[in-house]
Amino acid sequence: MMANMNSAINSALNIVMRDDEKAIILGEDVGKDGGVFRVTEGLLAKYGEQRVIDTPLSEAGIVGTSIGMALSGLHPVAEIQFAGFMYLAFDQLVSHAARYRSRTRSTWKVPMVVRTPVSGGVRTLEHHAESPEAYYAHSGGLIILEPSNPYDAKGLLIKAMHMEDPVLFLEPTRLYRLFRQEIPEGSYEVPIGKANIIREGTDLTIVTYGTMVPIVNNVVSKKGINAEIIDLRTINPLDEKTILQSVEKTGRVMIVHEAELSFGVGAEIAARISEKALFKLNAPIMRVASPSLPYPFPSYEQFYLPNERKVSEAIDKIMSS
Amino acid sequence: MYLTKKLQLKIIEDIMIKKVYEDSVNYFQVMDENGVIDKSQMSNYIDDSKITEMYKWMSLTRAADSKVISLQRQGRAVTYGPSVGEEATQVGSAMAMAPKDILVPNFRQHGSYFVRGLPLYNFFLYWKGYEEGMDGTKAINATPYTVPVATQLLHAVGLAFGQKYLKTDANVLTYVGDGGTSEGNFYEALNFAGELKLPIVFIIENNQWAISTPVSKQTAASTLAQKAIAAGFKGVQVDGNDPLAVFKATHDALENADEGPMLIESITYRLSFHTTSDDPTKYRTEAEVDEWLKKDPLKRVRTYLEKKGLWNESRQEVMDAENAKRINEAVEKSEQFKPNPKTIFENIYSFMPDTLKDEEDAAINSGFWQQGSY
Ligand SMILES: Cc1ncc(C[n+]2csc(CCOP(=O)(O)OP(=O)(O)O)c2C)c(N)n1
Ligand SMILES: [Mg+2]
Repeated sequence: MMANMNSAINSALNIVMRDDEKAIILGEDVGKDGGVFRVTEGLLAKYGEQRVIDTPLSEAGIVGTSIGMALSGLHPVAEIQFAGFMYLAFDQLVSHAARYRSRTRSTWKVPMVVRTPVSGGVRTLEHHAESPEAYYAHSGGLIILEPSNPYDAKGLLIKAMHMEDPVLFLEPTRLYRLFRQEIPEGSYEVPIGKANIIREGTDLTIVTYGTMVPIVNNVVSKKGINAEIIDLRTINPLDEKTILQSVEKTGRVMIVHEAELSFGVGAEIAARISEKALFKLNAPIMRVASPSLPYPFPSYEQFYLPNERKVSEAIDKIMSS
Repeated sequence: MYLTKKLQLKIIEDIMIKKVYEDSVNYFQVMDENGVIDKSQMSNYIDDSKITEMYKWMSLTRAADSKVISLQRQGRAVTYGPSVGEEATQVGSAMAMAPKDILVPNFRQHGSYFVRGLPLYNFFLYWKGYEEGMDGTKAINATPYTVPVATQLLHAVGLAFGQKYLKTDANVLTYVGDGGTSEGNFYEALNFAGELKLPIVFIIENNQWAISTPVSKQTAASTLAQKAIAAGFKGVQVDGNDPLAVFKATHDALENADEGPMLIESITYRLSFHTTSDDPTKYRTEAEVDEWLKKDPLKRVRTYLEKKGLWNESRQEVMDAENAKRINEAVEKSEQFKPNPKTIFENIYSFMPDTLKDEEDAAINSGFWQQGSY
């Protein structure tokens, strides 16, 4: 089937709901409205109000209740309307979802997926363009996924629902309808913890994910350089092996993400490369990210987000050092 | 013998020694849908000139609303949640405030901002996507729009604490939607305010919907006003499309705020979409909207004023033209605003950290944003 990311996720949810009676969808406006991005469109009509629940407006309620549902043997897939509102459920995610297994030595498990739209570039209101992955990746016990294309989105979500761990599934709003792709109609899994080399190359490694993948890909195509592009897909646990293998081959590495620069995912990756492959490098590691300040209101967005030009300038710089 | 739950409860009731708590929630209205006033309910602080003023503020609010919507449709403004239908709740309550009182809105109280004196220019600047629009809020004793639902309520509580502690004699007026009453923040705010006996009035702008979710899906409680009872203070319901009822409830509550908080559930209706990105035909009927159109706050106030000989078509035309002129001037000025990218770096801390300065310099020197594409 031809699918954009939006319909790919819808298809994954449909399969999961069809195959697993214990799967429950819950969130604000996920039923009748089909979600504010229409990702859950049609599922209420198909699976009924017992399984597709329009909840009260309460993020802590949605995530906390999902944890309880998961403890009871159900398999909730919750939606938080925007990642900027998931901070209201931060305690439930970090203090409970992440820790339940270790606190009980794996006797209690929290098989749950929390889906939420992330990132900007689409002229939204305040708090609708957050890239919060580092906050959650910092909490061991949570799996953090962020697809960049329809195929991965569907396969990763199905895989997440087949796991017994709490998973945060981050959906870049800018990519929901950006492009379509041929994907399998039926069920398939994309592995978790495994990055995807979307372009092979020998001169430079670019590690990226989410909204920055198409940008990096465009720049590399336009410049005609021989760069290897790694799309993480899973942020935590990190596929360190794929990154190190590539860096050892190219000797140059750049990390590109939309989230703020300081203390971000790029910092973690850079630290691991310096610990384990420093002497294979021909140039200092470089990061391209948004400035270390809150996501601005739309009319300043263009001054904030990494764009093709910024990535291109960074590539020129690293290739000449 | 097996006893049903009902029977068990009945037995408990029969042997019950005393009721430990009982309370009730009242509803009131001053001006009905046809613009007829119940004089016995009128606030002493309201006369016909005040009612005319209310009508003008409500009309300005509606005109500003439709302007932002049309700008948004042309890509010249960001996603916007209009007040259409809720003007009486906003204007009636804000007009009950004293100048020193503090306004803590959510994202929809445009009318309250106007009454308090937020320049139209600031309003349009904000909805064109510039933080600068909110730099006019402090001067009018208001906090900026708050988007994360219900989170502003605790700030309002803290502000009320500050007023009490500093003996400013000012009170706080804050708003939340019906959906917002489901958030933990809402209960925490009520509880704090009640326990600390703070000078604060909470208004629930109950417009019946939270995007596609009706009030009946937020709570099993039959009123939202009753939520105050558990926090130890009074809740009241008013006809939120009746600016006189909203004014009176708010004025009374503010006047008695030194004795503690008050919760007002203002029953109104969101006549338009949730925001410009919403399609209400997916979840509600035209018939429902039509019913509420009959209760339109502007219509009833105009009917009243016309009956009294205080309003007519030519006055309406003059006012509409004046509003349009003011709005267009503000929009034009806001469209001339030139964003300075340095401002996003230079308002983060009270000082400039070296690392942030490096980021700012690198950004400006590279000029990556000159092209402005992403
Ligand atoms: C914490 C939080 N969750 C979700 C949202 C997204 N959202 C914006 S408005 C809204 C509905 C609010 O309903 P209500 O409180 O009734 O206010 P209304 O929009 O009707 O004025 C939602 C879910 C948000 N802004 N903040
Ligand atoms: Mg509402």
